[in-house]
Amino acid sequence: MTEHDPELLNVAPGTPHDTMLSETLSYVIGLVLALVLTGVSFWVASTSVLWGPGVATGLVVLAIAQMGVHLVFFLHITSGPDNTNNVLALAFGVLIVFLVMIGTIVIMAHMNTNMGAPSELMNLQMQH
Amino acid sequence: MTASEAPAVGLTHQGSEDTGLGHRGPESKNIVVPYGFWLFVLSDMVLFSALFASYATLAHATDGGPASSQLFDRNLVAVETMALLVSSFVCGLAMITAKRGNMIWTQGWLLLTGLLGFVFLSIEIYEFASMISENAGPQRSAFLSGFFTLVGCHGAHVTCGLLWIGTMMAQIWAKGFQPHIMRRLLCLSVFWHALDIIWVAIFTIVYLIGTLP
Repeated sequence: MTEHDPELLNVAPGTPHDTMLSETLSYVIGLVLALVLTGVSFWVASTSVLWGPGVATGLVVLAIAQMGVHLVFFLHITSGPDNTNNVLALAFGVLIVFLVMIGTIVIMAHMNTNMGAPSELMNLQMQH
Repeated sequence: MTASEAPAVGLTHQGSEDTGLGHRGPESKNIVVPYGFWLFVLSDMVLFSALFASYATLAHATDGGPASSQLFDRNLVAVETMALLVSSFVCGLAMITAKRGNMIWTQGWLLLTGLLGFVFLSIEIYEFASMISENAGPQRSAFLSGFFTLVGCHGAHVTCGLLWIGTMMAQIWAKGFQPHIMRRLLCLSVFWHALDIIWVAIFTIVYLIGTLP
């Protein structure tokens, strides 16, 4: 067993790297990837080349990818053993976020369908 | 702790003297404080997920009023997105210089972070004001209530972040790069990056998907 530096067993989220070069590089890579993903998002949303019904799904995928880029390159969340606590907390957060969002959207869409009212009427009812 | 002991990584059940905090005792404040703040940031994202869910449910409930595709201007949103993204990047540069104890550059980067955040906020306020003046305020329809709640909540967070950046600039100036000041600065950077992550979801779901043909 090697002696561990206690400070290295856990790392706080967002902690800068030790060397200036690797730290700066991390932010620059993150910025470039985020810019590319943002640019692609805006292009996908405005082009007519792509199959219309698939565009919304593609945009959501691009957004999730960009969130991943921000987490890895800006917040320095990694898969390393010193990041276990951060990743577990993040995983729990993501679980709750998806439960709340998908649960609400599915249930409300289901209820909307089952109401059977014309959409204009539905539209009015939901104001109250 | 002797060299023969196994390092306490994860759950360990060896040794009756275990305090429940691992063999090494609790982590230092430099780990615990940002980790606690990380938990706060994640719970803040859970709060936003509820606002996103209600917005998605109400997005088509326009009550005959203006719909999302008539209201939103993608060019403005692109500028807002760029401002916030570069602001997040510059905040990282401020962290790098702060770690090396460089006062001038840290203050400069933090000022630029704040200015870019202010550009973002100004555009958002302009957008809100022009929507309200076109009779598309939050009381017009359920869709607009959801929109103003969601985007306004993010804007309120950015406002708090700007105040925090100003506070940190003053604290660094007055007290220098002491450990407790550095912990606050790290929490600030986590908060600022998290706001950018939430904005990615907002510009995709609200603005881009909302203005699809």
